[in-house]
Amino acid sequence: MIELLLSIWNLVPEALQTLLIIILKIVVITVPIMLSVAYITLAERKVIGYIQVRIGPNRVGPRGLLQPIADGLKLVLKEIIIPTNANRFLFVIAPLLALAPALACWAVIPFADGWVLADIDAGLLYVLALSSMGVYGLIIAGWASNSKYAFLGAIRSAAQMVSYEIAMGFALVGVLMAAGSMNLSAIVESQSGSFIHWFWLPLFPLFLVYFIAGLAETNRAPFDVAEGESEIVAGFHVEYSGMAFALFFLAEYANMILISILTVIMFMGGWLSPFQGIPGLEDLFAFVPGIVWILGKTCFLLLLFLWFRATFPRYRYDQVMRLGWKVFIPITILWILVIGVGVMAEIGPWFD
Amino acid sequence: MSIEPILFYIFSTILVIASAAVVTVRNPVYAALSLVLAFFTCAAIWLMLEAEFLALVLVLVYVGAVMVLFLFVIMMLDINLARSKEGFIKYLPAGGFVALLIFIEMCVVLGPENFGIEVTGEPLKHAADYSNTKELGVTLYTQYVYPFEIAGALLLLAIVAAIALTMRRRPDSKYQDPAKQVAVRRDDRVRIVKMATEKKQ
Repeated sequence: MIELLLSIWNLVPEALQTLLIIILKIVVITVPIMLSVAYITLAERKVIGYIQVRIGPNRVGPRGLLQPIADGLKLVLKEIIIPTNANRFLFVIAPLLALAPALACWAVIPFADGWVLADIDAGLLYVLALSSMGVYGLIIAGWASNSKYAFLGAIRSAAQMVSYEIAMGFALVGVLMAAGSMNLSAIVESQSGSFIHWFWLPLFPLFLVYFIAGLAETNRAPFDVAEGESEIVAGFHVEYSGMAFALFFLAEYANMILISILTVIMFMGGWLSPFQGIPGLEDLFAFVPGIVWILGKTCFLLLLFLWFRATFPRYRYDQVMRLGWKVFIPITILWILVIGVGVMAEIGPWFD
Repeated sequence: MSIEPILFYIFSTILVIASAAVVTVRNPVYAALSLVLAFFTCAAIWLMLEAEFLALVLVLVYVGAVMVLFLFVIMMLDINLARSKEGFIKYLPAGGFVALLIFIEMCVVLGPENFGIEVTGEPLKHAADYSNTKELGVTLYTQYVYPFEIAGALLLLAIVAAIALTMRRRPDSKYQDPAKQVAVRRDDRVRIVKMATEKKQ
């Protein structure tokens, strides 16, 4: 049987073989992301539930575990309503424009040593460029809906994303100076050594700025002024229903996972074991594969996302802008100078 | 046939169509979005030229920031299409002449006698470990370091000038100083007064 399959495989032309393998890799990355997105929605409701001394969803399936499936099914079966005088083409294409960049970024994410779809040299820049594309889905959705609330939400999110991208970009400049490379695998490798070799320590202000700017980029609480249900109903996706709405939802959660895993890769040592360099413990945990570490750290940051949502009240809009422009950008610029001095003076153990 | 020429023709077809759409479509939002598409396909073509740094920066700067602000403004304005089309016939000869002139100039400058394959030679195919980013960085910071720094200083000057020209103080609008708000202590706001209980009347 295996020989038969192998001989069929060998008959396929070589160019097609590469294409098929790449498509297979994409499926292997995308399907777990989609599943995680579904289950983060459940985790969010459960975590916030427990924080507020409730149980959260517990009716569908054992302990509510099938809730995301039920929600997904409901959204698929719902009617997609297109508002009067809405721009049909843009209205329909907007959710796709929001989701596609969120998924495309995953191409350069290394899950373990060598486990990466495209090991490109400018990986950091690629991630920054593509995540800046996500804003189009929001703006177009807000404009095409022909609704005041949706448009206000779109404008808010556009301004917010453009502002926070600058702070985010500067934080990435710091990482690339410390690592000496824009390749995400090389960035992880350069943090090798031990827990204190990871960049969270020398780049601590940038770590905080990056993660908080990531919260703002994904329009999550406390920066969810783009949705702001008490002010502008639900912002840019107020007119969307059914699967079109679900795509925005998927994009938001896929972006959350993406920001978390990027923070892990750039500041928390990626797939490196936290016990590296500690005698005894290092050998004890040597059997754990890298992907467990990277996913575990990512889950921790995702928990922070949910925790923040349950803890902090929403920022007022002008203060969101103030934080981005007047606090984060000066901090990042200052810290880039500090890193520059550190790199020139070769301060160990990070810059030597 | 390898896949590269196919990709090139796909991208360049989209690029030409999108660029034409920028100036021909009626809806200004569609025009801006066509420009975004044109930038994006242009970046794809640059990627095929092994200029990945430039391609990604094009997407990051123009698509991710400049065009977002463009769209922002276009969507806010209520553009009167009928009025902007007034006098199209009247200005057509002058406009057509300028367009023709630019076209001829571009043909002369960018024609095969200056940029043909005989003049520039076959472009080098680099190995997989070739880093366009590194090459650009090395060139910019060694050979062209002064022009690069001067350009940077000019841009900074332009930013400062733009802010200085457009900034105006509005004494009537109210501002908050968050630093002061955060520094507030209880004693500044609340005063506890001890007084004797009043008699019932």
